Amino acid sequence: MSPAPAISATVRRIAPAMGLARSWQLYLLLLPTLLLVFLFQYVPMYGVTIAFKNFKPHLGVLGSDWVGLRHFVRFFESPSFWRLIRNTVLLSGYELLLGFPIPILLALMMNVVTGRRFKRTVQMVTYAPHFISTVVIVGMLGVFLSKNFGLANHLLEALGGGRVFFLGRTEWFRSLYVLSEVWQSAGWGTIIYLAALSAIDPEQHEAAVVDGATLWQRVWRIDVPGILPTIVILLILNVGRIMNLGFEKAFLMQNALNLDVSEIISTYVYKVGLIDARFSFAAAVGLFNTVINFVLLVSVNRVAKLLGQSGLW
Amino acid sequence: MIALGRQDRVLNGVVYALLSLVLLAVAYPLYFVVIASISDPFLVNRGLVWMLPRGVTLEGYERILQHQDLLRGYRNSLVYTTLGTALNLSLTLTSAYALSRRDLRGRNAFMLYLTFTMFFSGGLIPSFLLIRSLGLYNSFWIMILPAGGSALHLTVSVFNIIIARTFFMNTIPQELLDAAVIDGCSDLRFFRTVVLPLSGAIVAVLMVFYAVGHWNGFFHGLIYLRDRERFPLQLILRDILIQNTFTDEMEIDDENVMAAMMLAESIKYGMIIVASVPMLILYPFVQKHYVRGVMIGAIKG
Repeated sequence: MSPAPAISATVRRIAPAMGLARSWQLYLLLLPTLLLVFLFQYVPMYGVTIAFKNFKPHLGVLGSDWVGLRHFVRFFESPSFWRLIRNTVLLSGYELLLGFPIPILLALMMNVVTGRRFKRTVQMVTYAPHFISTVVIVGMLGVFLSKNFGLANHLLEALGGGRVFFLGRTEWFRSLYVLSEVWQSAGWGTIIYLAALSAIDPEQHEAAVVDGATLWQRVWRIDVPGILPTIVILLILNVGRIMNLGFEKAFLMQNALNLDVSEIISTYVYKVGLIDARFSFAAAVGLFNTVINFVLLVSVNRVAKLLGQSGLW
Repeated sequence: MIALGRQDRVLNGVVYALLSLVLLAVAYPLYFVVIASISDPFLVNRGLVWMLPRGVTLEGYERILQHQDLLRGYRNSLVYTTLGTALNLSLTLTSAYALSRRDLRGRNAFMLYLTFTMFFSGGLIPSFLLIRSLGLYNSFWIMILPAGGSALHLTVSVFNIIIARTFFMNTIPQELLDAAVIDGCSDLRFFRTVVLPLSGAIVAVLMVFYAVGHWNGFFHGLIYLRDRERFPLQLILRDILIQNTFTDEMEIDDENVMAAMMLAESIKYGMIIVASVPMLILYPFVQKHYVRGVMIGAIKG
């Protein structure tokens, strides 16, 4: 039909000869990114050797003395060790438990809705909080839950309860963290599932209807299996990140009263390293965390493959 | 249109009801912030405003506009976001295009070089020491360069590079390149005059990604900046919105103190809006392009 394939073949035959001469411009396009990644990602990977050294700023990374695993041992033996692990895993696990399935359920429900306007409205509104900053979200928690002025406490009082200082109570910290997280990201999280759902062939549904399948059966037998690979991949990523909890929100929600449950590994590294300037010790804690994350990701991927799912690689 | 049986109608009803609840739960707090920001502080903080604004006043906003610190933070964030996004975008698009070309030698090695940083990084402390020894600490540039530290800036862009690369591979036909090659068109010119004009959707998506990241980012400024004059909006906001949580514990008897506190509390609603508006303006943009861009880019075919 069109001469394109023929030309294509010709060009591909000639191209290798012109090879490098032609593609230097491609390398030029790539070069700045490669250099920046080298500088800002790979150089710090070398810098992580300070975790095994006694880093002195005036001696630099290279000149400081090696001390082996001393910083790691000190961290493992410190009283904060188990508390940090516990806080990180509990907060992260709680978030996974609630934050992972909710977007899936939401997407399945949105997909069933036939009214276009209603569906669009739900999407519009639930995506919006994703664009709000963490500082503002934590600020909103502050104004809504304020003991003297907040809406939540006015409501509690109107219902005959007493006022609660939510943000200062340890028992509320995790729930507030996770629920506000769900409020902010569940809607946005549906996008990837909706994309996967839209890739399911509508003929499957039509055939099922002809065979007398109910809506429930169609969701359960067609939609759910259809998005299962997506679910597995996202689950791998999420479980792999369970010790890699973000810094910002926990840090912003921290106060002297809830520190017992709100101090997680990343906030600890920041405080020990940058506030107390114990660089080597903090780098060791950070490296320990990175290694755990890496091992977790690799093992979860392995497990998924053993279960017959396609993993990340 | 598929006809629904009785059982289906029940399920459908449940779905509509649940989604309506979700809608309400997400929308109400946002709505409340808006009406609270224009209502009389006294009424808001006494819990007398629920459905509609009462005692409408713009005093809160007037005070925000006089807040020098906040305005400076706002200006800083606008600059950081604009320049930072432009830099991110040019790096991502150029490298993603090069990596999308099947005739690029060493392509897989480059991909491995980039993706490895998504799974392993030096971490906060080594990055911080590097930035400091480069003399970038507390500099204007550190807020614009895609420098690591939180592992956020660059890993996010590696992820974005992959999305953009997949997009290019799926949307720029090989025949177009072949024809251009025959016409003697260089790679740079092809990228500029053919690839970019065809990539509106992915450019829009990435732009929103990066802009939201810069505007909403807090960690980067917290770690790398010392001078208040350089602070982005989020750092200033934290001081105003969050850091005085403690006064909340106190029992207050003094009427004047109470009134001052109520006003301070009310201004927060306006600030939440002022801080979030620039990103919410970008939002319809996303609606249009995001789902399509992600579908083409992220879902492996």
